[in-house]
Amino acid sequence: MSDDIRQQHDMGGLDKGPVTPSAHEIEPWEKRVEAIMRLLSMRKDRFVTVDELRRGIEELPPELYDTIGYYERWIASLSNILVEKGVLDRAELDARVKALEAGA
Amino acid sequence: MPHDDPHDHSHAAVEADEPQGYYQHLAAATRSLLIEKGVFSAADMRAMIEQIDRRSPALGAKIVARAWTDEGFKARLLSRGKQAIKEEMEIDPVAADIVVVENTAAVHNVVVCTLCSCYPVFILGRPPDWYKSYAYRSRAVRDPRGVLREFGTEIDPAREVRVHDSTADMRYLVLPMQPAGTEGWLEERLAGIVTRDTMVGTAEVRPAE
Repeated sequence: MSDDIRQQHDMGGLDKGPVTPSAHEIEPWEKRVEAIMRLLSMRKDRFVTVDELRRGIEELPPELYDTIGYYERWIASLSNILVEKGVLDRAELDARVKALEAGA
Repeated sequence: MPHDDPHDHSHAAVEADEPQGYYQHLAAATRSLLIEKGVFSAADMRAMIEQIDRRSPALGAKIVARAWTDEGFKARLLSRGKQAIKEEMEIDPVAADIVVVENTAAVHNVVVCTLCSCYPVFILGRPPDWYKSYAYRSRAVRDPRGVLREFGTEIDPAREVRVHDSTADMRYLVLPMQPAGTEGWLEERLAGIVTRDTMVGTAEVRPAE
């Protein structure tokens, strides 16, 4: 496959520079995103699967994929999937985000 | 985080110091709506976070030490990894399947997830940042020896380096080589020298000083 038709996530074999073997502590909000995902994926009915999460991440616009963080990609994907499944309503979700941004 | 959220008073103080950008708000909005709709409770969230917090490389190290001291277990671990870990170590790996790959004098194994970040979280804890980095994901399959060198790990050119690309349903654990000079050590002592990176394949186990 030529590199120009690769999707953004498909980076095996490319050269994206040296590895920095460092680690930062996961932040509390990141732990909560992880927990939301696992609560949904580990249910008996596997309500959202890991493959769905990844598909949602792969569908993010390439420029967004590269500029936001790891758990930011997770919550972007997960919230889209939950809207897709009809569990969350887009308007309701947007309104809640706006309320939080306004410091409600 | 809204202080008037009836479900989550206990978190409000902790969250005051955190970043408050769009995605943090999106996460909080998603969580609060799911709790309000009864998909799960705030208590479920806390329990899940605690469950993941308890998973660490110490679990993987116990598995490796058992394999080094019990040939029968090692054989079962290599043939049916998930089952051996679940039934004999009483550790639930959660992942759909766990494949254990053995390092030998002839082969050194390295694990990556080029497409994303699949990792045996319930055996090793959360993956380190470098495992999720574009640099590691892209280059581990292209120049594994070069990547290992960035970890200070030099693999003898005579040994084959095998790279395993994980998927959501197939996750790998490296069974590192037991270092010379540790023969006859007890399982607990052996577990103490097995580090996270040796079970991902970016390092080799060295005997304790």
